[in-house]
Amino acid sequence: MRGVSRSFGRTPALRTVDLDVHDGEFMVLLGPSGCGKTTLLRTIAGLERPDAGAIAIGGRDVTSLAPRDRNIAMVFQSYAVFPHMTVRANIGFGLRMRRTPKAEQARRVADAAALLGLEALLERFPGQLSGGQRQRVAVARAIVMDADVMLMDEPLSNLDALLRLQARADLKRLHGEVKRTTIYVTHDQVEAMSMGDRIAVMGDGVIVQCDLPMAVYDHPATQFVGGFIGSPPMNFVRGAMSDSAFVAEGVRLRLERPPRAGGEIVMGVRAEHLRIGAEGLPADVLVVEPLGSHALVTVRVGGVPVKIEAPVDIGLRPDERIHVAVDQARIRWMDAATGTAIR
Amino acid sequence: MTTGRMSVRWRDDALPLALLGPAVLYLLLLIVLPMVQALVLAFQGDDGTFTLEHLRRMTGDVAFRDAIRNTLVLLILIVPAQIVLALVMALLVHSRIRGHEWFLYVYAIPLAISDLAAGILWLSVFTQNGYLNTVLQALGIIKEPIVYLSYENIAMVIGAIVIAESWRATALVLVILVAGLQLIPRDYFEAADLFGASRLRRTVHVVIPLLRPSLQSALIIRTIFAFTTFAAVFALAGRNLPVVAGEAYNWSVVARDPHVAAAYALVLLALAGAMTMVYLRVLGTSETQRAR
Ligand SMILES: Nc1ncnc2c1ncn2[C@@H]1O[C@H](COP(=O)(O)OP(=O)(O)OP(=O)(O)O)[C@@H](O)[C@H]1O
Ligand SMILES: [Mg+2]
Repeated sequence: MRGVSRSFGRTPALRTVDLDVHDGEFMVLLGPSGCGKTTLLRTIAGLERPDAGAIAIGGRDVTSLAPRDRNIAMVFQSYAVFPHMTVRANIGFGLRMRRTPKAEQARRVADAAALLGLEALLERFPGQLSGGQRQRVAVARAIVMDADVMLMDEPLSNLDALLRLQARADLKRLHGEVKRTTIYVTHDQVEAMSMGDRIAVMGDGVIVQCDLPMAVYDHPATQFVGGFIGSPPMNFVRGAMSDSAFVAEGVRLRLERPPRAGGEIVMGVRAEHLRIGAEGLPADVLVVEPLGSHALVTVRVGGVPVKIEAPVDIGLRPDERIHVAVDQARIRWMDAATGTAIR
Repeated sequence: MTTGRMSVRWRDDALPLALLGPAVLYLLLLIVLPMVQALVLAFQGDDGTFTLEHLRRMTGDVAFRDAIRNTLVLLILIVPAQIVLALVMALLVHSRIRGHEWFLYVYAIPLAISDLAAGILWLSVFTQNGYLNTVLQALGIIKEPIVYLSYENIAMVIGAIVIAESWRATALVLVILVAGLQLIPRDYFEAADLFGASRLRRTVHVVIPLLRPSLQSALIIRTIFAFTTFAAVFALAGRNLPVVAGEAYNWSVVARDPHVAAAYALVLLALAGAMTMVYLRVLGTSETQRAR
C-alpha cells in the first residue's frame, strides 16, 4: 500500500498509510478502537475506495479493481456466514461463484472442513452452530479460496476467553500449514504478540510502527505504542536532563548512558524492568495486586503512578515508602513534545 | 410479602395486555364481528333457522363460476407480475444507482390514489377516444381507434386491468421489499462480492433467499388485496368481467340480498385463507435457516 488515505465526510479514517506485507507473512494490524483498522482492511478488499494512494497485490495494481477481481478472501468481523445455506454450501460458496469444477469443489470443501474440524457439521445450517463453530465456517470459507491474500477482521472477538485461546492456536497452526499471506486485525495486543510474524501498530489513521513483535515491545517507536503494547503498558515518567541525570518531581536518577537530548523528555520503562529493593528511586506504594504468578505493585514515582512486577510474597502495604531500582539498559527515552523515541 | 409479589406479577402482566388491548379491540370490532355477522347472514333463513338456500342461490347464479375463475385468473396474472416488478425496482432502489432516492417517491405516488380513481384514470387511457388511441393515431401507427375494452375482447380487458392494478399497487409490494432489503446486514452483500459473485448471481444466491421473509409478507398481503380487487375491474370492464368481490357488492347493493352477498364474502375468506396457508407452507422459513 502506498499513501492510501480515506475520509468519511470530515473524519479522516486513514491518513496516508504505507504498508508492505511480504509473501506468506502473517501481519497483525493492531490498534485501539476507531483507529481505522477495519477501514484499512476494507480498502485492501476493495469494499472501500481510497481517496488517494495505490494498492498492489503481488505486483499487480488492484486499486481500481472490484472486490471479486482481487483474488482476496476475507473473514468478516461478524462472520457473515450465509444463514440460508448449509455449512457445506457456505464453504463452497466462493468456488461455486468462480465456477470451479464440481469434483474439485467437493474435494477442496472436504479438505477445508477437515482442516477446521467441521466434517460432522457440514449439513447443518449456521443457526444450529455455536459462535465458535460459525467462526470456523467463516475461516473455512476463506481458506478454500486459494486467494493471494487472506484478510481477517477481529475473527476471535466474539469468542469467550477459553475458545479464543484455542482458536488462536488453531489459526496459527493453520497459517503454518497453508502459509498464505494474511493480514489479521485485532485490538487485543496479546493476540497480536502471539500470532504475528510482524505487527503494524495503528493509531488515529496512520501506521505508527511496523516491526517484529519483540521489537515493537522492546523498542516502541512512540509513547503511544509503548502505552498500547504490553500488559501492563509501559510506565512513563516525564522530566528533564540535568548533568547526565534524569530529574523529575522528587526524583533524580543518575544515568550510565544519558540520552542525547535536551529539554523535556519522557522515560519509558516496563514493569518487569523495575525492582523493589533497598536502594533506588524513592516511591510510595499505592496498590498491591496479587496476580497468581506475580504481584503488580503500583507506586508513585516522580508524581505519577508506576507499575512494577514483583514476587507475590513481597508483603507490601499501601502508603509504605520503598525504593525502586531501574534496569538502565531497558529504559527507552521519548521526546516529551512529539512522543517519538530518542535513539 | 405474598401480596407484594402478586402485585409485581400483576403489573408485569398488565402492561403487555394494555398494549395489546387497542389492537385486539380493533380486530374484534372490525374483523371478527363482521365475520360472525357474515357467517350468520349466509346461513340464516328468513325465519331465523339454518339454511343452505343462500349458498345454493350463489352457486346457481350464472356469474358464480365466472367470478371465481376471473378472480383466480387476475390473481395469477397480477401477483407474480407485481412481485417481479417490485423486486426489480426494490433492487434498483437498494443498489444506489443514480437517482435512486427519487424512485421510491415516484413509485409511491399511485398508492395515494383510490382504486376506483385509478380504474377511471386507466379507463381514460384505454377507452375508445382515450389517450392511448389518440397517441397511436397521432403517431400514425393506427388509422381508426381500437376498441380495447369490449366484452368481445376479454383478454384485452384483462390486460388493461392487470396494467391498472400493477400501476396502482406495486408500490405497496415495493415498500415492503425495500424495507426487507434494508434489514439484510451489508456484510452479506459484501461477502458475496468478495467471494466472486456477480451482481446477478449475488441477487439469485444471496439476496433473494435472505429476502424470503419479506417476499412472503408481500405475497400474502398482495394476494389478499388481489382477491378484493374490484373497483378497477368495475371501472374498466363493468359487469363484463364478474369477480367475487364485485358479485358480493352487486348482491348487496343492487340486488339487495345481503345473504348471498355474505355467502360470496365467505368464499373470498376461504380463498384468501387457503392461499395464505399455501404460502406459509411453501415459503415458510424453517427455524434452522433463520438468521441469528
Ligand atoms: N461508513 C462510515 N461512515 C462514516 N465514518 C466511518 C465509517 N466507517 C468508519 N468510519 C469512521 O472511521 C474511523 C475508523 O473506523 P474503523 O471502523 O476503521 O475503526 P477500527 O479501527 O476498525 O475500530 P474497531 O476496533 O472499533 O473495529 C472511525 O472514526 C469511524 O467512526
Ligand atoms: Mg473494526
